[in-house]
Amino acid sequence: MTDPLHELADKQAALGEVRGAPAPDPVNAPMIRHWLAAMGDANPVYLEQGVAPPAMAQVWTMDAPRDRSPVDDVLAALDDAGYTGVVATDCGQTYHRYARLGERLTPATRFTDLAGPKRTALGVGFFATWNVTWYDEDHRPVAEMLFRVLKFRPPEVGKPYPLQPAVNQDTAFFWEGAKQGELRIQRCADCGALRHPPGPMCPACRSTARTHAVATGRGTLHSFVVHHHPPVPGRELPFVVGVVELPEGVRIVGNVVDCPIEKVEVGMPLRVTFRPMDDRLVLPLWTPEEA
Amino acid sequence: MLSGRAAIGGIGATEFSKESGRSELRLAAEAVLAALDDAGLSPADVDGMVTYSQDTNQEIAVARETGVGDLTFFSRVEYGGGAACGTVAHAAMAVATGLARTVVCYRAFNERSGRRFGQPNAGLSGEPTSQGLEMSWHVPYGLITPAAWVAMFARRYMHVYGATSEDFGRVAVTMRRHAATNPAAWFHGRPITLEEHQASRWIAEPLHLLDCCQESDGAVALVVTSAERARDLRRPPALITAAAQGSGAGQMMMTSYYRDDMTGLPEMSVVARQLWEMSGLSPSDVQAAILYDHFTPFVLTQLEELGFCGRGEAPGFVRDGGIALDGALPVNPHGGQLGEAYIHGMNGIAEAVRQLRGDAANQLAGVTNVLVTAGTGVPTSGLILSSG
Repeated sequence: MTDPLHELADKQAALGEVRGAPAPDPVNAPMIRHWLAAMGDANPVYLEQGVAPPAMAQVWTMDAPRDRSPVDDVLAALDDAGYTGVVATDCGQTYHRYARLGERLTPATRFTDLAGPKRTALGVGFFATWNVTWYDEDHRPVAEMLFRVLKFRPPEVGKPYPLQPAVNQDTAFFWEGAKQGELRIQRCADCGALRHPPGPMCPACRSTARTHAVATGRGTLHSFVVHHHPPVPGRELPFVVGVVELPEGVRIVGNVVDCPIEKVEVGMPLRVTFRPMDDRLVLPLWTPEEA
Repeated sequence: MLSGRAAIGGIGATEFSKESGRSELRLAAEAVLAALDDAGLSPADVDGMVTYSQDTNQEIAVARETGVGDLTFFSRVEYGGGAACGTVAHAAMAVATGLARTVVCYRAFNERSGRRFGQPNAGLSGEPTSQGLEMSWHVPYGLITPAAWVAMFARRYMHVYGATSEDFGRVAVTMRRHAATNPAAWFHGRPITLEEHQASRWIAEPLHLLDCCQESDGAVALVVTSAERARDLRRPPALITAAAQGSGAGQMMMTSYYRDDMTGLPEMSVVARQLWEMSGLSPSDVQAAILYDHFTPFVLTQLEELGFCGRGEAPGFVRDGGIALDGALPVNPHGGQLGEAYIHGMNGIAEAVRQLRGDAANQLAGVTNVLVTAGTGVPTSGLILSSG
């Protein structure tokens, strides 16, 4: 993968382990007592022996004023790319020894992996993985943690276009084509008749064997309306909708765009253009041929 | 043959308003009772009911409210306002075949204060039914309102025949003039000028606001029974001389843009052919026409499809006063849906009956045959009603 996200991830991983600022406070009894109460842990051994529960490793450096870790840039880049959702998926901790009262720990972070894009139940996303190690003053490891999050694109991120087509097995090829920048016209696989709108059976020969042609993308405006009222969800007023006659011999409805409304006229030559309306839908629209 | 076997023996309606303040079921029940009363019949006489598939009041509910007992025939007619005359066609068939003796047809809605058909509804393309898929070629582009669907045809008609917005406007002006002298019309006493039509705001170019029919609350009901029995009822019968439904090749709901010719209404031609064949009449035999006027351009198209003038000649026909009360073919003497009320075409059928009885607000002289049409741009229907 050579996309910018993976490039950045590789760069950050190449930094290796990056040390952060030391913990602002030493390991201390009040915090341990508070944590034990919050967790419902009644084991008296920690305060009696003057050691911290190992699972507290992260607690000591949580509020540390820190430099940017190698992880931050990756997460920010994922946010910018629209993968704003986040959910933790893995957390594995390894304990080398107990941290003792009075010790001051220092974290170090190593970005290890970015995997994706992957389709998940939450949406398309990337799994980002990093390791944090907490060191004592002698730079010996006290605890380690592997942490992994899924950064995903929430379905609501792009506002969904409100005028969605219904799609079924007879029409999916058309909308799939639009996503790929192709204006597809159904062609009967038996008699070759072209047809739009498409359907399951060729009205000319009754065959159900179907394929499609890719239109040249040129057309002529056969008729049009300028919609002024009432307001239409997802549309700015006024807008132009036309019936376009294709040289292939079929007609199709679409918006005429990138043209002053007073210049729109029956008979004008047009060229198809593909416009994404949201994350799912691409509509074939029409611009003046001259443009 | 269906011709002459059945008749409309009673008509009834609520007031036409913008806010009825009553439920749609109550409107239906009130109109049904009014129609039965007009015929001199009681709910106990009713054994059949027909309405539009778009009507929200089931036949059984209307029967319960009005105290109608056993039903031996009930039916729904599809395709929006295209159902109007179709309800009478279904009722006439039921009567002629003996499935029922007295059938009530009704349409009731709060189309202004409740669900307004002119408002965008993204749900039109929400489900992969055949209609949802059909709408999916249009709705995603914002082509989502009836006015815009019709405007697409209107622009092509203008391009091919040189028709103008004023040509559409003359239809609206005529309908409003008729409504101005009809006390039941919402626009009673409120005629418009062609200048006002031209100055009204754009809805979907080339359609102005005044090219669009009103939005109304109200209900209309009709009682259909056999011709012999109708002659014994309280009011003079309106014989069903012809009744037909029609859909054309390549038919869609309001968006049949993929046929070779976008300037006509082939489905209305299918209806016209049957009406003339079934009745044995020709255009010169009808003294008035009730033409479905949800949007002005299709009134012109219907004049052509029904044979009252040639292709592309309707603008001239209207300009010459052809559809006025004193014209060659008076159209919608009650003011139509542009002037009286939008009751999905059902109020036009009632007007045809009044013209035949001789008690309409704008009564024409010597009316013996009236042609009625239903919704345009959709699979549709038509009637020829005759005095008898």
